[in-house]
Amino acid sequence: MVATPAPAAHATDDLPRRPVDWLPMALVPAVALIAIPFIGSPSTWLTLTIAGLAMGVIIFMISSGLMLVFGLMDVMNFGHGAFITLGAYVGLTIFAPLSVWIDSSNLALNLLVLTLGLLAAVVVAGAVGLVFDRVLIRPVYGNHLKQILITMGGFIVVEQLIRAIWGAEMVTLNIPAALRGSLFIGDAAIERYRILALVVGAGVFAAMLLILTKTRIGLQIRAGVEDRDMLEAMGYRTRHLFVAVFVAGAMLAGMGGLMWGLYQQNFTPAIGSQANVLIFIVIIIGGLGSTTGCMIAALLVGLTTNYTGFAEPKIALFSNILLMLLVLLWRPQGLYAVVNR
Amino acid sequence: MSEILLSLKNVETRIGPYHILHGVDLDVPKGSATMLLGRNGAGKTTTVRTIMNLWRASAGTIHFDGRDITNLETPDVARLGIGYVPETMGIFADLTIAENMRLAAFSGKIDTQRLERIFTMFPAIKRFWLARAGTLSGGQKQMLSIARAIVEPRRLLIIDEPTKGLAPAIVGNMVPIFRDLKQSGVTILMIEQNFAFANAIGDHVAVMDDGKVVHAGTMAELADNEAIQRRLLGLSMASHQ
Repeated sequence: MVATPAPAAHATDDLPRRPVDWLPMALVPAVALIAIPFIGSPSTWLTLTIAGLAMGVIIFMISSGLMLVFGLMDVMNFGHGAFITLGAYVGLTIFAPLSVWIDSSNLALNLLVLTLGLLAAVVVAGAVGLVFDRVLIRPVYGNHLKQILITMGGFIVVEQLIRAIWGAEMVTLNIPAALRGSLFIGDAAIERYRILALVVGAGVFAAMLLILTKTRIGLQIRAGVEDRDMLEAMGYRTRHLFVAVFVAGAMLAGMGGLMWGLYQQNFTPAIGSQANVLIFIVIIIGGLGSTTGCMIAALLVGLTTNYTGFAEPKIALFSNILLMLLVLLWRPQGLYAVVNR
Repeated sequence: MSEILLSLKNVETRIGPYHILHGVDLDVPKGSATMLLGRNGAGKTTTVRTIMNLWRASAGTIHFDGRDITNLETPDVARLGIGYVPETMGIFADLTIAENMRLAAFSGKIDTQRLERIFTMFPAIKRFWLARAGTLSGGQKQMLSIARAIVEPRRLLIIDEPTKGLAPAIVGNMVPIFRDLKQSGVTILMIEQNFAFANAIGDHVAVMDDGKVVHAGTMAELADNEAIQRRLLGLSMASHQ
């Protein structure tokens, strides 16, 4: 630990501290409140709100890795969706022979199989992420056009391999028995799995914030997002940091992929490419390099999708693009941009 | 002449299609302050960035304390005990001052006595310890960037235009700080446009023009010779007093 005297006791009052920017944080409750008159029934609104928030935290899980990769490494990884697909299919593979545990009413067995699936998704996505970084990303550092082309190529290769291994047809991923069905708050039905997704997503968000703000590696990542050259000139090897961040991003996507697969329940190998669009919308809305911005953007996307899907399905088709457009008109760099590119 | 700590021989640097340095020869004696002067675009910043290997030398050699560091990666150059303060100051605006300082202490531990000395030199660092670095004024940011560079013992400090954009009163306060640093045994290589400031600190001087060192000698020699000043820099030091 860093041995520091106690200058903290010295007030920072005489320096105008940068005010906490609450406005983006207020957007989530604001959108939820604005939706009430359009939804009508309070119980339906509550159901949609919980569903939207749950969808949002899962989108955060699959987006946060790319947010770091794009923010720190300045790498346009259009292949991020491959790790999502991998996460979902690896989970499927783990779940298949353990169907007895999945269908058991024993919550402990349900959670055990889910934990095993998540661990496997994280490990496999991380390993493939390491290969992706070494083989595809490293040779094209600093060249956005090549990054886009080669990562899209890599994505296609991984997706086709998944089709070859698991097949191209739609598959079903069963939610463990104890997590099926709904809880009722008044007339509002709240799906159990969505509550679990909220807990897991909030845990991932808290862990990311903790690592980024309270640890030395987190300090390096935040500094590297701002000025990579300066960090190197202080003696830190950003290349190692880049690899670690890329692998961590792939792991998060793998974990989110399984959660996303369980959320959708039926999916094809295109699950990753479909999510790719959402991911880019989220990191653009959130602002490059900002974990909090990424979370707020993901929640906004989740809520907007659910509200418009219920109230006006035709608008739902482009509601996220509209949301991005409105946010960028208000804040062209996104909600909380740490880096400007 | 005293022992040479840093030596550049015939260093050339190309950035993309541009040939910036055309064979720089520069010696930095140990325990002294060497000022790198020259007009805008002469290649001063490119020279120090090449020393740090932030831009790679395309030809020539760079030796630090007798060791060839031409092809060392930037982190390895820094780990030799070279502190670098870039022209842009390079502070991490989104981090607090405390976090900036912690990060600069590569060993992971800030020596308490050293930190107290830094607080004495730069009281603002102590006062605003928990504030985000981005909220500091220009002068305070410069103080932070220097404080960060000396948070651990350095053998060589490379500083790119520390007075740039600062009020004269702040510049005046920085003179004793650098003299103090020099007395503590740190070797300094400083790019400076403010001749009076350079004269107040420098022992040696190298003047660059068109990507080369066109004059090297003692600071006193240059300060006493208005004709050389006019020829090399287009200005006389007298006009900066």
